[in-house]
Parts: sequence; structure tokens; C-alpha cells
Amino acid sequence: MADETLFQLLHTEVVAAAYGGGRGSGDEGQRNGLTVLEGMGFRVGQGLAERLPRGALVFKEELDTIKFLCRDLWGAVFRKQTDNLRTNHQGTYILQDNNFPFLTQMAWGQQYLEEAPKFLAFTCGLLRGTLSALGIESSVTASVASLPAWTK
Amino acid sequence: SSELFTLTYGALVTQLCKDYENDEDVNKQLDRMGYNIGVRLIEDFLARSNVGRCHDFRETADVIAKVAFKMYLGITPSITNWSPAGDEFSLILENNPLVDFVELPDNHSSLIYSNLLCGVLRGALEMVQMAVDVKFVQDTLKGDGVTEIRMRFIKRIEDNLPAGEE
Repeated sequence: MADETLFQLLHTEVVAAAYGGGRGSGDEGQRNGLTVLEGMGFRVGQGLAERLPRGALVFKEELDTIKFLCRDLWGAVFRKQTDNLRTNHQGTYILQDNNFPFLTQMAWGQQYLEEAPKFLAFTCGLLRGTLSALGIESSVTASVASLPAWTK
Repeated sequence: SSELFTLTYGALVTQLCKDYENDEDVNKQLDRMGYNIGVRLIEDFLARSNVGRCHDFRETADVIAKVAFKMYLGITPSITNWSPAGDEFSLILENNPLVDFVELPDNHSSLIYSNLLCGVLRGALEMVQMAVDVKFVQDTLKGDGVTEIRMRFIKRIEDNLPAGEE
């Protein structure tokens, strides 16, 4: 099934919708839009985790949970795994994707880098929502230079 | 996985219902978004499926039901209720993946939950020179036994002449 294309196109429309509906323009509008996207991702992440078989979600160590995100969650959403995982062994993990599917469509230039956060917000929420369903409270941020970061 | 699409679509509809006061506006937004998706999805479809040009609306119906729906939503609707002129048919979806786990709340009786699909079909076909009208006539979310999408061929879209050649 080629549903990753359909999902990516849907995601693009979701990003546009987050900035519509009279949410306000300017900086406030930008922040509100990102909040909406992150919130949607959060609910979807929770929903996805809730639908996994119970046995799949038992992790001995925190690192196993993160590996689950890098392999299984990323695989389910993007049909690939993350390219790199780093940690400071103190609760911060950096998931790196060198070819993040929601950004590959964008032409690279300074002006588009400003738009990139819009395409990362949903995914950050998704990670936070999945972790939340696993009982882990987290803060998820992303930066473009291909370094989404996750801290506990 | 299709659950991801279903969940995301649900989150989108929920958000639109918050942003727009009445169901009609939400329906329009879903149709518009579907259209935006459709005009791009067709390229992906043509690249992956290698189907040639359809010679008539019946072939188009077959390709939509047996190739496109299968490819993107994992289901194969059946094709029924052809009009005598061969310009209208129905797609019957025994189950609609978009509505898994969804229940319409009482105050949204005019919401066409899956209206995105109508826009997708309309946009995609427009890119292959067909103007069509697409709408839901039955919806399991509203208590019907099946989901039925009615597709009507309006006309062939002629390519516009580039400016300066008139």
C-alpha cells in the first residue's frame, strides 16, 4: 500500500488548516498554529500507542523505549527508521533523520527554513503523545539541520 | 499504517469543527483540502500504477475502485448503479477506513465526515481532463448499511490554449 504519500499530502493540508480558522496572524498566529499542530500530533500519538498489542509496550529500560520510537514508530509513520540516535545518558535523546519526509518536498533556501517548524510540530506531538501513553512525561522539540531532539 | 491516517484525519475533522461554527463550512473545507490532495495524488498514482489512459468512464470507474482505492486505502469498493447513459455510477464501500472508531456527535448531523474523499476524487480526475461531481449518498456514520459515493461525469476538460496562441 502506498499510503505514505496520502498521509504526507494530508499532513500538508493539516499544517495549512492549523493556520486557518481565524487563529490570528503574526507571531501569535504562528505560535497558536504550532500549538494546534502539536496538540493534534499528541492525540494521534496516544491513539497509536493505545492500539498496539500490550506486550509490545513493555520495555525493560528507557533506552528500549527510545529505540521503539526510532524503529517502530518511525517505521509506522515514515516507512523508515531514524538515521541516528544520541543520548547524554541523563534523560536527553536526540533522534536524527537525515531525510525527514515532511521536509524533503520543500525547496531549500533561507526563506523556507522559517516554515520548517510548521512541518515538525505534528511529529513532535506524535512522539510526546506516544510517550505519554507509555507513561512517560516528556518535552519534545525539533530543529532543522536534521536534529529532532527529545528530552525527558 | 492506515490507523495513522484514520487517527490524523479524525484529529483534523475535530479541529475543523472547533474552527468553523457550522457543518456546511467544515464540509467545504474538507472538500477543498481533498481537492488539493487529489491534484497531487494523481501524479503519484500514475507513476506507481502504470495504468494507461482510460477510454471511457467505465474504465475510469474500474481503475478508481480496483487500483486507486486499493493502493491508498487498502479497500476495493464495488461499482454499481450505472445510469443508462453511462455517465453516473456508485462506489459502495462495505467499510470505510476513515471512520474506524468514529461516532458522530449529535450536534453534527449535517457533517459529511469523509468529504475529503469527494475532493480527492474530483481533484485527481480534473488533472486527467475529467470534470466530475462526487458526493456521498449513503454513510454508515449516519446509520446507513453501507457507504455510497455517487460519481457523475460532467464533461471532458479541454486543455486551455497558451496565451498568445488564440
